[in-house]
Amino acid sequence: MDFDLSEEQRLLKDSVDRLVADKYDFDKRKAYLKNEHGFSREMWSQFAELGLLALPFAEADGGFGGGPVETMIVMESLGRALAVEPYLATVVLSGGVLRHAASEAQRAELVPMIAGGEKIFALAHHERAARYNLACVATKATKDGDGYVLDGEKSLVLNGDAADWLIVSARVSGGDRDENGIGLFLVDARAPGVTRRGYWNQDATRSAEISLSKVKVDAANVIGEPGKAFPVIERVVHEAIAALCSEAVGGMGVAHADTVEYLKTRKQFGVTIGSFQSLQHRAVEMFVFLEQSRSITYFATMMASENDAAERARAMSAAKVQIGKSLRFVGQQSIQLHGGVGMTYELRVGHYFKRGTMIDTLFGDVDHHLAKLSAMGGLIAA
Amino acid sequence: MDLSFTPEENAFRDEVRTFFKENLPKDIRDKLVAGMHASKEDMIRWTRILNKKGWAVPHWPVEYGGTGWTPVQQYIFLEEQMLAPAPQMLAFGVSMVGPVIYTFGSEEQKKKYLPAIANLDTWWSQGFSEPGAGSDLAGLRTTAKREGDHYIVNGQKTWTTLGQHGDMIFMLVRTDPNAKKQEGISFLLIDMKSPGITVKPIITIEGGHEVNEVFFDDVKVPVENLVGKENKGWDYAKFLLGNERVGIARVGASKERIRRIKQLATAELDGDTPLIENQRFREKLASIEVELKALEMTQLRVVAAERTREKGKPDPASSILKIKGSELQQAITELALEVAGPYIAPYRQETHDGWNEPPAGPEWASPLAPAYFNYRKVSIYGGSNEIQKNIIAKAILGL
Repeated sequence: MDFDLSEEQRLLKDSVDRLVADKYDFDKRKAYLKNEHGFSREMWSQFAELGLLALPFAEADGGFGGGPVETMIVMESLGRALAVEPYLATVVLSGGVLRHAASEAQRAELVPMIAGGEKIFALAHHERAARYNLACVATKATKDGDGYVLDGEKSLVLNGDAADWLIVSARVSGGDRDENGIGLFLVDARAPGVTRRGYWNQDATRSAEISLSKVKVDAANVIGEPGKAFPVIERVVHEAIAALCSEAVGGMGVAHADTVEYLKTRKQFGVTIGSFQSLQHRAVEMFVFLEQSRSITYFATMMASENDAAERARAMSAAKVQIGKSLRFVGQQSIQLHGGVGMTYELRVGHYFKRGTMIDTLFGDVDHHLAKLSAMGGLIAA
Repeated sequence: MDLSFTPEENAFRDEVRTFFKENLPKDIRDKLVAGMHASKEDMIRWTRILNKKGWAVPHWPVEYGGTGWTPVQQYIFLEEQMLAPAPQMLAFGVSMVGPVIYTFGSEEQKKKYLPAIANLDTWWSQGFSEPGAGSDLAGLRTTAKREGDHYIVNGQKTWTTLGQHGDMIFMLVRTDPNAKKQEGISFLLIDMKSPGITVKPIITIEGGHEVNEVFFDDVKVPVENLVGKENKGWDYAKFLLGNERVGIARVGASKERIRRIKQLATAELDGDTPLIENQRFREKLASIEVELKALEMTQLRVVAAERTREKGKPDPASSILKIKGSELQQAITELALEVAGPYIAPYRQETHDGWNEPPAGPEWASPLAPAYFNYRKVSIYGGSNEIQKNIIAKAILGL
């Protein structure tokens, strides 16, 4: 049990923190949002230069062989910056599929595209009827010679509008909610039959609704064994949950620090409002939520590489419950303690609050994961 | 960063668990599983079993009988002790006055008191709180006047936990009435059989006798019973209270209670199905488990940081452990009530030898309501949660 970072991890943290401190203040972020697809290509290139985009891939595939702790370090920093670049979509989600399911030949071709920052990838998995059910896939994959033809509608595809490549889940057999029968397919986002409608999310990230009509997929672009993709999707989503927990901790840290700073400077009735005990205690309650979140994020990070899917699922559900509750409390109270100015678009705390609110609904909210965890018998064996 | 236990740490856990399984007397274990208190005799019996093994005071320096374990090993030991469940060592001796004596006491004091603490030959009580000095501890008024080679002690202490068994009591007393609040306080060790000491029980809301008032009327205390320097007692008290918070999260004890709740709720029917299958109930339980897991990791963070922390300086983050630990212990006793449903109602008189009347309803239900009532204390003692929030606001947030 050792919570200290290794020398290499410390260097990674220092370099990401420095990049974010130099290039990602709140005003610069506003400028980045004005770019096509709502993020900075220049930042993305810098991520590539620092090795962040190659981080989790195996060294044999051209990566740095980083694990969940490395991803945690990067995501916490991006969370502090409220970064809008497609790191989750491209590196964590799509990269996760490639790591866990793609063939050697596919990895040799695709990983360098991500690592070098040349191409944006998105995971087109969610559908309108799914809510939080990862097995809910109605999009059909029909055998066509050596390859497949895809038909269906994908929804809330993170960075789907910016993507050059889509990893699409589609059903080769079974009912719409069966875990068995799902496949993963690599699709050129500009291929005939792919229609995309990009839009802004509440938190200034972007997603797309994607329609697939008779989209042809070559045999070379089938990822893994068609029909057996569910465990891959589940595993990748678990890794994404751990990553999101880290992002949330980064964001809550800033929201809390900004709030405490405000309590120390804002004067009313001739004194700083931080001298009022009720506000002090509220700030402490936020701090307790923040630290408990950091702790459960360590747990999620530790369990992200667990091979037992059920144990991993318990841990991720537990983490998502704690993080979701914390995001709500810290977010709401950071606005409340700022008073009127906390309501303004100009101040950044509101933007952390909005991002946090969205993180809660990504891959299952508090109620979903509480129900799931309790149905699995909780964390402690009777 | 490696967030899993090492193979050596896991092997250590197995060793401790096996020892507890083989050596913890069954009658003591059964009593604790049922949610009843260990008696004085139970605690003495168990302490002596551990002391024979050399495990009674693991966190002490090796020269005074400690084990030399790492902070993580100590954590594992404490957790296994709570999970067993075994009685905890009497904190007033092993966690409070013991460390004060080996850190600030004279050689004679070390020789005289430390071995007797490890073997529970001496039952120590704590004389800090007074009727007018609770969370504001430095407001204490009990005086000790030097007369020749004695101090004459007058005043009153309160909330003296298990003081009815006390052989000795360690005290904060005012030796300089003219000094500022925190100065002029000294740390005295007093034989509870001294003439002029009266112990009166305080019966708590559930009807139990756990705490006492202790009155001092011209009690003569030899000057060699002063620890360290006169008027420096507040420094020793701060040191002691810093040690007190380390184990205060009681994560292992909460885990053990959750296990118990799960067992009871699996057997107890709610209509035609076990209560554990009631969605609302089990989600409340899972919700507590999540927070407890986070607290466990917080505790491990504090434990891991101990290696690099300046000695004797408590981690302000340990205030989180107190706040969250007490909230969860209370939430668990509250949820346990729901398992028993209407059978929390029948009241039974507890004696130290167990129950003396047959119960109405299931045997297991009767300690649950008393535990719930009694556990309101955990957010009050050791510095109330509101005081903990003041500490965090000041020491960590700089407000």
